[in-house]
Amino acid sequence: MCSFKTNVFFGVIIYSMSSRTILEKKQFLVAIDRLCYELIERHADFSNTALIGLQPRGIYFSRRIHKRLSEITANDKILYGELDIAFYRDDFRRGKEQILPSKLNINFTVENKKIVLIDDVLYTGRTIRSALDALTDFGRPSKVELMVLIDRRYSRDLPIQPDYTGISVDTRANDKVKVEWKENAKQDLALIVTS
Amino acid sequence: MSTFSKKHLLGIKDITSDDIELVFETADNFKAIINRPIKKVPSLRDITVANIFFENSTRTRISFELAQKRLSADIVNFSASSSSVSKGETLIDTVNNILAMKVDMVVMRHPAPGACVFLSQHIGANIINAGDGTHEHPTQALLDAFSIREKLGSVRGKKVAIVGDITHSRVALSNIYALKKLGAEVMVCGPTTLMPKYIGSLGVKVEHDLMKALNWCDVANMLRIQLERQDNKYFPSLREYSMLYGLNKERLDKLDKEIVIMHPGPINRGVEITSDVADSKHSIILNQVENGVAVRMAVMFLLAGQG
Repeated sequence: MCSFKTNVFFGVIIYSMSSRTILEKKQFLVAIDRLCYELIERHADFSNTALIGLQPRGIYFSRRIHKRLSEITANDKILYGELDIAFYRDDFRRGKEQILPSKLNINFTVENKKIVLIDDVLYTGRTIRSALDALTDFGRPSKVELMVLIDRRYSRDLPIQPDYTGISVDTRANDKVKVEWKENAKQDLALIVTS
Repeated sequence: MSTFSKKHLLGIKDITSDDIELVFETADNFKAIINRPIKKVPSLRDITVANIFFENSTRTRISFELAQKRLSADIVNFSASSSSVSKGETLIDTVNNILAMKVDMVVMRHPAPGACVFLSQHIGANIINAGDGTHEHPTQALLDAFSIREKLGSVRGKKVAIVGDITHSRVALSNIYALKKLGAEVMVCGPTTLMPKYIGSLGVKVEHDLMKALNWCDVANMLRIQLERQDNKYFPSLREYSMLYGLNKERLDKLDKEIVIMHPGPINRGVEITSDVADSKHSIILNQVENGVAVRMAVMFLLAGQG
């Protein structure tokens, strides 16, 4: 638990928030290992299964899962792709920020495959809804499952639930869940930031 | 990534190199989308676009229309010949009437240079210039530069020769702006009668000998001779133009390197370019057409996404 006090500088509040760590380096490894074994339980040899990470933030998690799963199963042929959902979002022209696409990388057909969608944080469920739309434009999967590292419970706008969860947390609407990865922020760390 | 800096795409002159890069990065995604079995995304499903063409067009119009359909936009098409313009209605009245039917974006081609700028001062919808007289044709320049980037890896440092009717070509002007902003070297080549007097002020090299231009360049963009815009005779005959400035296989074979051949279309086969060159493996003319849809999807997606 670390916290920041309110600093008043020339009468302006410049920082007022506290943060709580929910996952650290070792717990990341344990969670990723456990999720890989859960996948193996349900998918056996992965001959008809593909893992798909969601751009932009889910890909660090999905790449770790794919790498670890390949190591554990000694199978380097597990299909892996990365899906961008920018063109399918339901808040296009509704937010202040311009929506920009990220790189799409799916070099296989999803027709009749079992797909595991992988994202870092599940919150309102709107990203996953967009991802389901985006995915069906690549074909008709026989089954779609959802894996998330962090499930923010009781905060869904849509009826969407994960099949594999790293950790479930209870948060308030104005909390932010922040996930950092060695690949983009030097360390593996998940925080709840309360403002 | 940054965001697109303008509300309209009126010309390449007033957008930044970052804007152009943003269009390219977005177009990369759309190119992947239009090459898969399901070529459509729902992004613009609540947007209505009016395609207003006061001049004939095949390629640009179909390209825009396909791009709009692949973005799930609703479309109204309008061409001057079949409209009330022939009854004397003014441009603003025509467009305001269309906008009154709740149109969010206007793609316009008009014979008068500056028509889109004029329109942007009077109406609220996003405007995309699809060619205004002899002034600019920004989406053509974007797709040309995108095609060079795709073929050669990048535009920066590449030598591009634009050959033909520079005076009457909006493609030439927009291409010069785009290529210069992306760091390419540009040369224009053509007879003196088809060369604007102050072309040098745009920072381009000027050459009147086609072979010298071909020996210098990595990419040759062969422009169409625009007979419809030429009231006077600018050269004695098409045959003579073709002898001096037409690109044929003998000329290409004399070069000690391979160059990329482009043409914005429609081709006058046997005038500015011969069939064997236009259909050769050096030509990326059909890639340009394919990229046109992806680039126009990117432009409309970015403009519409500003809300």
